[in-house]
Amino acid sequence: MAITQTPDGTKVWALRDTRTQLTIWAKWFIGTALFMYCWQQISAETNWDFFWDAPAIAADIGGRSVPPKWDYMSKLWAPLWDTLNIATLGTALSLVMAVPIAFLAARNTTPNAYILRPLALLIIVSSRSINSLIWALLLVAIIGPGVFAGLIAISLRSIGFCAKLLYEAIEEIDQSQVEAITATGASRWQVMLYGIVPQIMPALAGITVFRWDINIRESTVLGLVGAGGIGLQMQGSLNTLAWPQVSLILLVILLAVLISEWVSAKVRGAII
Amino acid sequence: MSTAVTSPGRKWKRPPSISNPALRWALIIGALIYLVAAFATIDVNWSRVYEGLERGKKFILAFSNPNFVERWDDIYDGMLESIIMAFSSTVVGVIISIPIGLGAARNIAPLPVYLVCRSIIALSRALHEIIVAILLVAIFGFGPLAGFLTLAFATIGFLSKLLAEDIEDSDKSQAEAIKATGSSWLQWINYGIQPQVMPRLIGLSIYRLDINFRESAILGLVGAGGIGATLNTAFDRYEFDTAAAIIIIIIAIVMTLEYSSGLIRARLQ
Repeated sequence: MAITQTPDGTKVWALRDTRTQLTIWAKWFIGTALFMYCWQQISAETNWDFFWDAPAIAADIGGRSVPPKWDYMSKLWAPLWDTLNIATLGTALSLVMAVPIAFLAARNTTPNAYILRPLALLIIVSSRSINSLIWALLLVAIIGPGVFAGLIAISLRSIGFCAKLLYEAIEEIDQSQVEAITATGASRWQVMLYGIVPQIMPALAGITVFRWDINIRESTVLGLVGAGGIGLQMQGSLNTLAWPQVSLILLVILLAVLISEWVSAKVRGAII
Repeated sequence: MSTAVTSPGRKWKRPPSISNPALRWALIIGALIYLVAAFATIDVNWSRVYEGLERGKKFILAFSNPNFVERWDDIYDGMLESIIMAFSSTVVGVIISIPIGLGAARNIAPLPVYLVCRSIIALSRALHEIIVAILLVAIFGFGPLAGFLTLAFATIGFLSKLLAEDIEDSDKSQAEAIKATGSSWLQWINYGIQPQVMPRLIGLSIYRLDINFRESAILGLVGAGGIGATLNTAFDRYEFDTAAAIIIIIIAIVMTLEYSSGLIRARLQ
């Protein structure tokens, strides 16, 4: 809050003093210039004829996709089951790896703060920075296409997410319970089992269901790079320009995502 | 603890986490049946996996010797495009999601507006970025414009939802105080609501920039611009050293973004 003075000496209230105001303007200026530069780059790479054509093309594709080809559904049940398996087993597998990493990464449980903790944090960051589609791409190149590659991709991607949320939960536990267990002469493992695990159990369950929900969404598209699931059918339909099939698949995916979100919300509601 | 019994002959047992035994066993048996069914339908070609382990080892070794040089021009162009897409889509996404966020907050929007805005949010959140990108590439053609639009659309769903929830949680008395001065609707929003949600809005925008960059790395797979196309080519040609270089750069940028966003958010609060 500041006061500016007009030439004839009257004082006028202003929200900020001149200096702050100028800095804010400068920041806006830099931001706008940066955005203009970015926009110019995008615009230079764009064929604007296609852009002006877009409404016509969108209407054309829309016209081709209705009505959805309902009897194609009979071929979608198996990929849908695969998608569910990729998400569920992938989440389960990621938990097996994420729980020990979370214990290594949490400040109050890590056995070694100088080597193991940074290592665990590095694993968490790497796993989180790389999208599951990139993991899938990589695994398809390494172990071949199929549901298995998708399953591993989902589990590798989920490690970071689960471990990060879990180690934050571990760092927030009530220390007095741990002290009480330690005071009974419990071993390190017993302290963990009776002092820490019961406290983080609700968080763990919540994180699992939350991630499962995200994984359902992600596993629907893994097929695009050959990693199994319903995305494979979508890729096939797109390549053959079978728009009625594409629209049916999109509807199925939308429905699956909504159902998984509902299940996840219900379960989390029951836990918390 | 009700099950704790101290008589000498019996041992204390931990109470089970689900107290209803019928439900507990139903869940356990259901999970087992599901596991068996799931494993039965996954056919893994183990010989192929075994062969792949060799390539996997090569890929991991490539991380100790990443090749930044050979395809540096492609990597540089792709990275720049990813960053440009991430930044501009975040800006546009934030600008659009502010009115939608206002409209999706039940305490300031009338019911019809609320329903329209909520359905926009639901649609944006339900569709995976890649699916949106495929459709937009089909409509707008290849190139970063499709990627930019995809990320902006995804940003709207994320940001408007969280913004609306924050507005719904905001302190009513401040807004009422502004209203009592006889302010117009715009002044009411600007002085009564905006100061309360601003720190969170900035924090979320920076977080979304981080997410948009990560997502922009995959949009290239379907032709929507960015580093993904280069990465895909590198994998297809088994040029693991180049792929490792790209992945290392992505991780480094994400870590920088995360670190700086942490600093900015800490300063705001």
